[in-house]
Amino acid sequence: MPVNDPADAPMTRHRWPALLAIALIVGGVALAFGWIAGWLTPGRLTPQRFTNAIESGNGQIYRGYRRAHAKGVCVAGYFEGNGQGVALSSARLFAPVRTPFTGRLSIAGGSPYGLDGKARVRSMALELNSDDGQQWRMAMNSFPFFGVSTVSAFYEQTRANTPDPATGKPDPAKQAAFLRAHPEFARFASWAKSAPWSTSWANTTFNGVNAFRFINDRGEVRNVRWSMQPQTAFAAMTAEQRAAADGNFLSEDLQARLARAPLRWDMVVTLAQPGDPTADPAQPWPEDRQHVTVGTVVIESSTPQANGACRDINYDPLVLPTGVQGSDDPILAARSAVYSVSFNRREHDIASGKADTAVGKTAAPEARP
Amino acid sequence: MNDLHPARLAPRHFNLTARVLHWSMALAILAMLFVGIGMVASLSLRPTLVSLHRPLGIAILLLAIVRLVNRLRHRPPPLPADLPRVQVLAAKASHWLLYALMFAMPLIGWSMLSAGGYPVTMFKGFNLPPIMPHDATVYAALRGAHTWLALLLFATVLLHLAAALFHAWVRRDEVFPSMARGASPTPASAAPEPAGVSPRDSGDNDADS
Repeated sequence: MPVNDPADAPMTRHRWPALLAIALIVGGVALAFGWIAGWLTPGRLTPQRFTNAIESGNGQIYRGYRRAHAKGVCVAGYFEGNGQGVALSSARLFAPVRTPFTGRLSIAGGSPYGLDGKARVRSMALELNSDDGQQWRMAMNSFPFFGVSTVSAFYEQTRANTPDPATGKPDPAKQAAFLRAHPEFARFASWAKSAPWSTSWANTTFNGVNAFRFINDRGEVRNVRWSMQPQTAFAAMTAEQRAAADGNFLSEDLQARLARAPLRWDMVVTLAQPGDPTADPAQPWPEDRQHVTVGTVVIESSTPQANGACRDINYDPLVLPTGVQGSDDPILAARSAVYSVSFNRREHDIASGKADTAVGKTAAPEARP
Repeated sequence: MNDLHPARLAPRHFNLTARVLHWSMALAILAMLFVGIGMVASLSLRPTLVSLHRPLGIAILLLAIVRLVNRLRHRPPPLPADLPRVQVLAAKASHWLLYALMFAMPLIGWSMLSAGGYPVTMFKGFNLPPIMPHDATVYAALRGAHTWLALLLFATVLLHLAAALFHAWVRRDEVFPSMARGASPTPASAAPEPAGVSPRDSGDNDADS
């Protein structure tokens, strides 16, 4: 082993190559870290930048609220499997047992004071805790398919709908440019324009939209999507009725219905055929695909979200039990990433005392456009 | 054996357990830091990286326990006698900081997921129990701490790497070899050892056995 060489003159002269090598190695590791973190590439789309775009699109930051689908109520109930799903997935949920959930019904939009009559999209989220200690989180929407196929298109859509600071409204030129660049959005636009509006959360269908994989006890894998189809009869709401309705009619209606009886939805699983796209949530599968009803969602009660159990839950659709896996759908992974940032931000808002309305310390203002 | 020689009391190499733990954990911790910063910055890789991050973090926690026990039971080789005082201090402080963070990071990660209401999934079908109440304020504090302490850990690891290479390539003292290898059964091929120490060393566990 070399004996310590004191820093004499000849040694000093030969030190710099070693020091340079050390600087290069340590600097290289630091640079690689910074590159992966996105610090060196301000143009790269990250979950943080996507969430920033959503916040911009909201016009302001509503502290303590979800950055998307900010307005909603907590619900509680159970899922009751009918046994039909057991052949498809080993998830405990599908056995003929009751699995309690903490859920949330909401409307799309970043404002917690949005008008229910103006929200084209409604959603249902569930956190199901089965008796084998596993958890399944679902985040479903009333649209039957997604507007776009890729994460970058989703981001462009968000940017195109961001209000111009000058007018307070989205720039029509930007929206038109988005539609030109993304013809696949036409299907969604047509749905948004023509699909009838229902009168209640109770008679709304909620769709998983993204594809998932079900794996049964024998290890057989199937690509699936699912929907929660209401047992409550559909009733349409006209544009005039919506305009005249109270801004919070959905939660008022929900309370009135729950005071009478629990509300039910059938969980209907659609099985893909080989070749059906799993990576593109904008493409529905053909109507003739096999459907299997695997159980019933039963909502028994609701509470305001300000002090409800759903407030501090991130309904990340990739929290899944054994027997269920995410698919190669890129939007699914992106939702997981962006929800996480939104959750971190709103929990931070609450912790730092900036979210008095969100936690119910001060009353929420009237619903407004 | 040369039991009565004073040099036998001060080992010149870390024992085999310490060296195996050091290098495997070095790899694991560096991987963990990159996985961690990558998963929060990616819109596509998060699910895969998160499912790697959780079990790897708990694995590091378990290894850190073994490592601390080994470290407390076996004296490490002394630093070179001519090392400036400030460098001795920096070395000792950074080593204990590394130990503290090896424990703190996985425990904060586990607590943070508990406080956020997330299942602490090691692999499909096996979750660790929550160790904190589900609470927004607790979650936010722990989530912030996890990021900032990760950056502190990364900075300390870089400093440790720079110092190790400085010892190896600039000072060319016995610090790097003390972790890089055990004592050779025969004198090392390079320069002669200081009299009376090296030739008597035998086997990997000379330092502590």
